[in-house]
Amino acid sequence: MGYVAVKGGTKAIEESIKRLKYERVKKGTAIELHKIEAGMRGLIDQVMSESSLYDQSLAALAIKQAEGNPEEAVFLLRAYRSTLPRKHVSRVISSENMKVERRISASFKDVPGGQILGATTDYTHRLLDSELENESDISIQDWLRAFQEEDHSTEYQNDMADLNSLPKVLDYLRSEGLLASCENNDLQPGDVTRKSLEFPSMRSERLQILTRGQTGAVTSLAYAVIRGYGALHPTVGELRVGQLPIHLDHPLLDEGQEEDSYYIGDFTATEVEMLIPLTVEKEQGKKEIEFEVGYGMCMGQNETKAIAMGILDNCLEKPNKEFPSHNEEFVLYHIDSVESTGFISHLKMPHYVTFQSKLDSIRKSKDKTTEQEVGLHE
Amino acid sequence: MNKTYNFAFFDEGSKREIRRATLKAIAIPGYQVPFASREMPIGRGWGTGGLQLTLSLIGKDDVLKVIDQGSDESVNAVNIKKLVSDTTGVRTTDRTKEASLIQSRHRVPEVPLQRDQILILQVPLPEPLRNFEPSEHETKKLHAEREYSGAWLMLFEQIMKYGIMATDADHPVMVHDRYVMAPSPIPRFDNAKLDGNEALILLGAGREKKVYAVPPYTNVSSLAFDDYEFEIESFANHACILCGSNDVFLDELVDEESGETYFQCNDTSNCLEMVNQKQSLGVN
Repeated sequence: MGYVAVKGGTKAIEESIKRLKYERVKKGTAIELHKIEAGMRGLIDQVMSESSLYDQSLAALAIKQAEGNPEEAVFLLRAYRSTLPRKHVSRVISSENMKVERRISASFKDVPGGQILGATTDYTHRLLDSELENESDISIQDWLRAFQEEDHSTEYQNDMADLNSLPKVLDYLRSEGLLASCENNDLQPGDVTRKSLEFPSMRSERLQILTRGQTGAVTSLAYAVIRGYGALHPTVGELRVGQLPIHLDHPLLDEGQEEDSYYIGDFTATEVEMLIPLTVEKEQGKKEIEFEVGYGMCMGQNETKAIAMGILDNCLEKPNKEFPSHNEEFVLYHIDSVESTGFISHLKMPHYVTFQSKLDSIRKSKDKTTEQEVGLHE
Repeated sequence: MNKTYNFAFFDEGSKREIRRATLKAIAIPGYQVPFASREMPIGRGWGTGGLQLTLSLIGKDDVLKVIDQGSDESVNAVNIKKLVSDTTGVRTTDRTKEASLIQSRHRVPEVPLQRDQILILQVPLPEPLRNFEPSEHETKKLHAEREYSGAWLMLFEQIMKYGIMATDADHPVMVHDRYVMAPSPIPRFDNAKLDGNEALILLGAGREKKVYAVPPYTNVSSLAFDDYEFEIESFANHACILCGSNDVFLDELVDEESGETYFQCNDTSNCLEMVNQKQSLGVN
């Protein structure tokens, strides 16, 4: 008998990859990257946020390659990110300097600076718009021209606040004495991509993992918290979407000075400060209500996730055995897209050896049981 | 070789960081060293820990072998091999003896390893105490205090329930009389091969962000009781249908036509060598 080794893995893989390409291109039309970039802002923002890599064109490429599947696109970008040397650390970015495009408060109707609705789907009816079927580059450009010709400046001029330095809602609350002031925590933040998490973790590490977390997972856990698996009834203190400038220190000067630093660009971010009421026990059994803050920040416009992150941030600040959502190991270990989808999908790999081993155990334990039964009957 | 990526995929800083964690792991046998596990181009849970070790260690002169479930030709082994050779250009081999680096999922090769070889095992669940203690914070303390009664109790309870220690693959081992270690999901059959092995054995868990090691000539013993000894998978009265070996780990297969069960070597490259040896000797 001639021996034929069980081969075929290599060939099968090649064919499978070919098949995948076929599925992507079989309708005979190539989707252009700039069209993804132009028309899929929501997906791009989500993918960039979960990947911790802010680059719209790379995100568009990943989305194209992944056929629009966000988990796969995040996977591609995260793997690419692993090959990039990290050469610089930016100066501390202060979110007061956000160039605000949208800013609302669900706590105060009359916040200084006003509510700025900006671009949001919140006030749209989710009716399918069949006109989009016929949208063309020309019709878009016509609309754009008309939009730009509209005069937005004079009508609201007097109401316009300086969008580059809007006061923070929380500062207003602090000035009113409704919220305890807090010191800046100037500790060097941990970097969860360069050091693995150890418990108890630092808040900076928790915030990083929450902001990288899978949008759906973070939202689900926060939803569980406000539905009852947590002790929270939060309000959105302030939600902002806008551009944050990034500055780098001069590489040759030891002591980084603001005026010597280089401006290297902006990135869009969503920032949320949640207000969470808390009953505090005072002397002689007296109780008072105080506010606590939960913080959320994501790359891009990603409002639900930022709010959810704010809720979970506060949960993790107050460990509570009663609820898994207040357990940092439970939350932080399970919300990462690449980790959770990777491990779930590994179940598709062969497990022949371990299964053979399990078979052996099952047989042996069955043999033992039979032996014992025989023993009993004798 | 894919020139658009760095040699061995990572930037140099990342490789250095992983090597630093590896050195610590070698210095403390069986201790799980946390490391900043990178995201890889293959799925978390598909061997990223092993792959990161391989990529951080590999040099241009290395010869690489990759095994998955005992086979060099299985889909995942092929995939990992392709990624490493795409980004390094190193030579790959099926022959265990020729390889300087061997990355493996679930098996220690049947051919004894040599002192200039490194075996890298892919580990899905590095924490041997996780079964009875879900918290990482707690298991870390248990290891620090050498508090392993939970592990013994787990085995004891299995004996009470099933009459045997019903561990499957990944039966916990004691390393250098200090740390209880998950030997990656190698079958119980392979546990003994870890003991006093001449090669350096590294274990990497990418998703769980841990690296640990069994340096050469280190004592490794499987947890067991005096009256309930550690038992390996039994293939009594069975031999490989192809090469006739009866002292190796066998896969149980079913003949589609006759419906009969037969056995075949799990380590396919070893099996092939045995067959070739026999043929050249004129046996069979």
